[in-house]
Amino acid sequence: MDILLEPFQFGFFRHGIVVATLAGALCGLVGVYVVLRGMSYIGHGLSHAIFGGAAAAAVINFNFYLGAGLWGLASALMIGRVTRRRIIGSDAAIGVITTASFALGLVLFGFFGVARKSVDAVLFGSILGVSVGDVWVVAVVTLVAAAVVFLRYRALLFVTFDPEVAEVSGVNTARLDALLMLMLATSILVTMKVIGVVLIAAMLVIPPVVARMLTARFARMLWLSVAIGAACGAVGMYLSYHLDVSSGATIVLVGGILFGAVFALTGPKGLRRTAGLDSHDAPLNTATRSVS
Amino acid sequence: MSTLVRLDRVTCAYDRHPVLVNATLEIGEGDFTGIVGPSGSGKTTLLRAVLGTVRPVAGGVWRLPGLAVGYVPQIETVNWSFPVTVNETVLMARTSGRRLPWPSPAERREVEGVLDRLGLAGLGGRHIRELSGGQQQRVFIARALLRRPVLLLLDEPTAGVDVRTRHEVLHLLADLNASGLAIVLTTHDLNGMAAHLPHLVCLNTEVTGSGSPAEVLTPEVLELTYGAPMDVIEHGGMRVVLDRPDTVENVVRLRRRERA
Repeated sequence: MDILLEPFQFGFFRHGIVVATLAGALCGLVGVYVVLRGMSYIGHGLSHAIFGGAAAAAVINFNFYLGAGLWGLASALMIGRVTRRRIIGSDAAIGVITTASFALGLVLFGFFGVARKSVDAVLFGSILGVSVGDVWVVAVVTLVAAAVVFLRYRALLFVTFDPEVAEVSGVNTARLDALLMLMLATSILVTMKVIGVVLIAAMLVIPPVVARMLTARFARMLWLSVAIGAACGAVGMYLSYHLDVSSGATIVLVGGILFGAVFALTGPKGLRRTAGLDSHDAPLNTATRSVS
Repeated sequence: MSTLVRLDRVTCAYDRHPVLVNATLEIGEGDFTGIVGPSGSGKTTLLRAVLGTVRPVAGGVWRLPGLAVGYVPQIETVNWSFPVTVNETVLMARTSGRRLPWPSPAERREVEGVLDRLGLAGLGGRHIRELSGGQQQRVFIARALLRRPVLLLLDEPTAGVDVRTRHEVLHLLADLNASGLAIVLTTHDLNGMAAHLPHLVCLNTEVTGSGSPAEVLTPEVLELTYGAPMDVIEHGGMRVVLDRPDTVENVVRLRRRERA
């Protein structure tokens, strides 16, 4: 029993497990929209872009959240600018800009002799870097995101399901798109320390996908995804202490195991629900598509 | 009968490439109009110009001030894996006003009422993928009707559906029109859909014909619209359009006309 409760004696672990639980819940919440809107690659790319900003902020001793946040914003704007020229698609623009930013981060860390352990902490998440301040930041961002989803629930659902008709029906789709991007970037920024740059995209995807395998209702998928994300965060962080490995890896691994378990329980039916989750595939009784 | 929407020599373009040229159209109260034409002829763009989501590069669009318009997109563009029930889909029409995620008792009654009217009573809790083709189409019509529109626009409501579903949709739209709703729809289906409508607009980037099926479903207008020769016969008091097998002479004649 003592061994099981041992980690809770340490302040850093208590902070870590609170942040990991909140981070998992936040990723689960935002991840529902990310997955349903087919933005998974943007989430993956933004986390890599933000790594460059985190490195630059560390090198010049600038505030982490401000430096990495501004860098992420600049990357998102640059992706938009490149895409608007229509020479290359948005996926290619994300691939170029965000990986370049990630590479720059690695070079900066290498050039200025930042310890390998610190780089690993940013890449794969670490419990040691979590302070009381971080707990507050993640808690506030999670509460704000929950409030946004609660108050704009109907419009967010409409714009996620059917953006064209939502716009025709008077929903300001451009503003909601920007709001979602802001929520995504902020979520990545505040959960980066505990989950890590490389693994954060998995936490944006696994909880909503598992939730979708369990339900066909949007509202239920939303709270299930939050609960699954929070559970993965808490259990993963706990295991990370006992296994002495990076917190991000154990959190994502718990999510992966949960996915496997739900898949085994729901079988092909559950997986079929997630088929084409972020695409607009034809219904079973139709065959062609035309736009004139 | 008052005018709801008027398009006056409207030209729309994507990336400077015109997809709709010089289109003039008037939609009045209680009208039931079908827009026909080949793929890429500008049918969807014409609907979008009426909706106001596409801004013309030339010409003007006038709408009756405060006009409530319902829009039903092509159901083939719907993400059928999306986790929404029939009730959730219909309720999407109510995004303004109430902030709370769950419906008020009045909204619940309203959704039940519109589902009942469209023959979907008792299906509110079903996932949209679990419905038949005709029921799926009716769910999206129900969502549009919840906005209490005066004008209903439908993009290819019978594309890819079977004969039974097409009949269901056609009868439903006829009933709605009979209750006073103005309807404009696009369709590829000349015999199964267009020939049954009171008014047709033929489109091939430009308007090539406008009038009753008897006036526009003619070999001349259809060749101008589809760029291929077609035969028209009378059957049971209705026009039936037949593809004419292409001959070398026809192809040569068409090429000469194109060059001219």
